[in-house]
Amino acid sequence: MQVRAQGEAPGVHPREQHGARSYLIGLLFAVALTLASFWASTTSFVYAPGVPVLLGTLAIAQMGVHVAFFLHISTAPDQANNFLALAFGVFVTALVVFGSMMIMSHLNHNMMPMDELMKMQR
Amino acid sequence: MSAGEQALAGIPGVPLALRGPAPVRVVAGFGFWLFLLSDVIIFSALFATYSVLSGATADGPSAAELFDKRHVFLETMCLLASSVTCGFGSLAIHRADAPATYFWMGITFLLGACFLTMEGREFASMVAAGAGPSHSAFLSAFFTLVGTHGLHVSLGLVWLLIMLLQLVTLGFQPMVARRFFCFGLFWHALDIVWIGVFTIVYLGAK
Repeated sequence: MQVRAQGEAPGVHPREQHGARSYLIGLLFAVALTLASFWASTTSFVYAPGVPVLLGTLAIAQMGVHVAFFLHISTAPDQANNFLALAFGVFVTALVVFGSMMIMSHLNHNMMPMDELMKMQR
Repeated sequence: MSAGEQALAGIPGVPLALRGPAPVRVVAGFGFWLFLLSDVIIFSALFATYSVLSGATADGPSAAELFDKRHVFLETMCLLASSVTCGFGSLAIHRADAPATYFWMGITFLLGACFLTMEGREFASMVAAGAGPSHSAFLSAFFTLVGTHGLHVSLGLVWLLIMLLQLVTLGFQPMVARRFFCFGLFWHALDIVWIGVFTIVYLGAK
């Protein structure tokens, strides 16, 4: 009772049935998703420019599986603090990764090609 | 905590200020969770660096020429299996079952060591083939990102060893169980980072 009122630590198994079964279900999903990613990276079955999108989707799905079945993070009321912290972490990660990639690709796009730059310096 | 405060804490709708301090288990777990998320943000900076520099090979070997997917698949399976055995280990700690704890945590350690050996051999063969971290910006970013993950795994193994020694000397005290619990979170988080590594670095190689 006391613990529920204060929120719960991340990774705690709320009930007994959340024990070994949760890890086994997680393992099953994770292995399936890993096999799918490795298959997607070598196959010619999928339209080639779509492969990175497929890989990204599979990776995010697998991260979700790990968070839900191994770390036992959920949106339950007593997990609110943990979930909010996770949401903020995901937000900052996305900002750093996609922000950097966007800025750098624009810089690359707008920069003078290297051989032109060499000619100007001569 | 007094009986009155305990009674208040159980009633929904009691303001947070009146509920009293959270148990150490919750505070320690939450604090460690925040540490892990900040660790993930460190990795996000390294991922961003790698994504930006992955094409800057300086006429050296490119990602597609260097990496062996079968090798990476075995590494991934080692880490995934160790994550699950670590979970079984923390369930054993929950039950205060010493033989099961030693068994599952021992397997976790071996699988982690397997992963590190494979990664070490990969690094050594790359350096021997002239593709060391000083060759190009791409390789510097690769060794920094994958090496930082490897360093985390090595520190995790040292931590696990210390925890097993504490279990031998101190037994199933709340303090030891709490530390094991934080170790479990750390180990699962490293596996999540590895998903990003094998997807972006190894499978996304062009």
